[in-house]
Amino acid sequence: MDAIVLQFLDGLAKGGNYALIALGLTLIFGTLGVVNFAHGALFMLGAFCAVTVQKLLTLSERVKDESITFFDAYKEIPYLETWFGDTGHMLIDYSVPISLLAAIPVMLLIGLAMERGLIRFFYHRSHAEQILVTFGLAIVLQELVKAQFGANPIPTPAPEVVAGSLDIGVWFNVEGSIVYPYWRLIYLAFSTVVISAVFAFLQFTTFGMVVRAGMQDRETVGLLGINVQRRFTIVFGIAVIVAGLAGVMYTPIQSPDYHMGMDFLVLSFVVVVVGGMGSLPGAVLAGFLLGVLQSFASMNEVKSIIPGIDQVIIYLVAVIVLQVRPRGLLGRKGVMEG
Amino acid sequence: MAPTVSAIGGSARTDFIFMMLFAAAVLTAPFWASFIGAGYPDLLQKWAIYGLFAIGFNILFGLTGYLSFGHAAFLGIGSYAAVWSFKLLTMNVLPAIAFAILFSALFALAIGYISLRRTGIYFSILTLAFAQMSYNLAYSVLTPITNGETGLKVIPTDPRILEELAGVRNTAVAPTTSLFGVEMTGYPGFYFCAVILIIGFFIAMKIARSPFGTMLKAIKSNQTRMNYTGFNTRPYTLAAFVISGMYAGMAGALLASTDPLAGAERMQWTASGEVVLMTILGGAGTLLGPVLGAAVIKYFENIFSAFNEQVLNAMFSFLPEVLKEGAVAVAGLFVGEGWHLTLGVVFMLIVIFLPGGIMEGIRRVHKLFKRSDGSSRSGAAAESA
Repeated sequence: MDAIVLQFLDGLAKGGNYALIALGLTLIFGTLGVVNFAHGALFMLGAFCAVTVQKLLTLSERVKDESITFFDAYKEIPYLETWFGDTGHMLIDYSVPISLLAAIPVMLLIGLAMERGLIRFFYHRSHAEQILVTFGLAIVLQELVKAQFGANPIPTPAPEVVAGSLDIGVWFNVEGSIVYPYWRLIYLAFSTVVISAVFAFLQFTTFGMVVRAGMQDRETVGLLGINVQRRFTIVFGIAVIVAGLAGVMYTPIQSPDYHMGMDFLVLSFVVVVVGGMGSLPGAVLAGFLLGVLQSFASMNEVKSIIPGIDQVIIYLVAVIVLQVRPRGLLGRKGVMEG
Repeated sequence: MAPTVSAIGGSARTDFIFMMLFAAAVLTAPFWASFIGAGYPDLLQKWAIYGLFAIGFNILFGLTGYLSFGHAAFLGIGSYAAVWSFKLLTMNVLPAIAFAILFSALFALAIGYISLRRTGIYFSILTLAFAQMSYNLAYSVLTPITNGETGLKVIPTDPRILEELAGVRNTAVAPTTSLFGVEMTGYPGFYFCAVILIIGFFIAMKIARSPFGTMLKAIKSNQTRMNYTGFNTRPYTLAAFVISGMYAGMAGALLASTDPLAGAERMQWTASGEVVLMTILGGAGTLLGPVLGAAVIKYFENIFSAFNEQVLNAMFSFLPEVLKEGAVAVAGLFVGEGWHLTLGVVFMLIVIFLPGGIMEGIRRVHKLFKRSDGSSRSGAAAESA
């Protein structure tokens, strides 16, 4: 029983990540009709926002280490600590949450630049060409990051307060049986908040209403004298922010390296397709669903029945969904039923 | 169409000349490639092998327009089949190639049958999903067959039944691949790959010219209309998929023949992306384009990777010191370790400005010269256009 709860929790946390990336992809596809293969790279850029912030916060000076007297030894002390003492130390400790704030404007700028500079020229070209050019862009972004930060993963730890694990079992009077890392729980909560925020934004603001209308029938909304294009550009920016924030929050779970985006790209596309191209609730639902399925598939009990299932479950689900229901779980009828 | 663009469509005679020129160019590659610093067998083999891979990919993507993002799976399957043939039967490369083609064809048949039920992006995702499944399985539960992360290798004590029967099995030294006694390393290896490349090119040309090829092109230009005329397109696309999978399997077998080793990383989706890059870079839908694209990418992979700071410093030594440092720093981003950056930038530029790839570039330049003559008929047509 506890094992199942634990796997379920793990699945939700994984699913939160899938859902966040897939949500951005779907926003872009649903509004602009563009298949963005660079989305994984944007996720990676978000993660490297966190790395950059951490690097900036820990800029250090070399001071002589007085405790060693046999020879001249030096140690690095971050400026923040020399200037602010314990407050400085705390700032460094909280570098990942701080990066969230930094990532929003940075990712928005990147998103707007990308849409205006490249994507808009590809509205009317085939999906294949969109895939190709964004794939090229992904390679470029990846290599630039590699040139700047090197090829090795860079550890970016979570704040010390939440470094350990939480014993959830205590709440149900079964101490010690359901122990789960704090940060993954935070990630799950964070993804829920971001997803809700995006949905609320689309549902309850005038801007969101226009965007939804534009997704339904772009031409008519345009005929009403509304500049749909400008709003869609902003939506692109929002999608990029979502990917970036997901990247920032993911850094304590997996130390970022330059090709982390590529690993998630394939998965997130599968999620989008399973949920239904262009369906936002579909992307979220499929994200959590596939996350949970993957968690259960990697249980030893399941693996002993069907060996290797944990490696292929997501792709298998995608293949089956595409065979029996090509528009995806929540896809609208007639939209992209290839 | 002018004779120089016979790669697109020409008479039997221009085809024959084109074929002969291609064969001559490939077979004399060791000679002319030495002028551009590529005259060593390792790179030449790669040219031929990846050229073959790209030709096969082009039969699917270039002719039917179906963008597969999982073709590397067939390359990997071909490699594994070939290495198993080396281990179990004989070190001769011919059975290895036969097995590789057989197995990749079977896999392509199964994967194609399912994937081709969808078009467009769904097809791409399906092929991607299958390739990732193969890759993940090769790394995990299929380790007894694939030897997981270490990769499948030949060892002296392999059974090699056919050699055993012939009484030539030698368990003392590391075995090498051969074609009836000729070792498949160095230049003999290249010539073997080159001959297969020429045969593969010839078959691809015959396919493009045949009614079957015309049918595939018709599917690319408007599949819905084909279906409305009561025409079942599935068998044709499936045939194209299997043929192109067989090319990939053959390329995999050649990779294993020149270096008897197979690893799962050959099946990763970024490897599938590479053949897409090659085909687009050269020119999808043309005969020569994919080979050119493969050659260009493999050439620059070798040349650019070898560049380092010293070479750059020497290159920019004519500049004043301040400028030189800047130039070296900027250029350093694009070479050596970072040559993929060059690839990405070039690829983006090609997709944006020259969707027809190198071949379209050649055609445009050609047209430009025609126009400056101002006398020929096509030149006049170009002016009026």
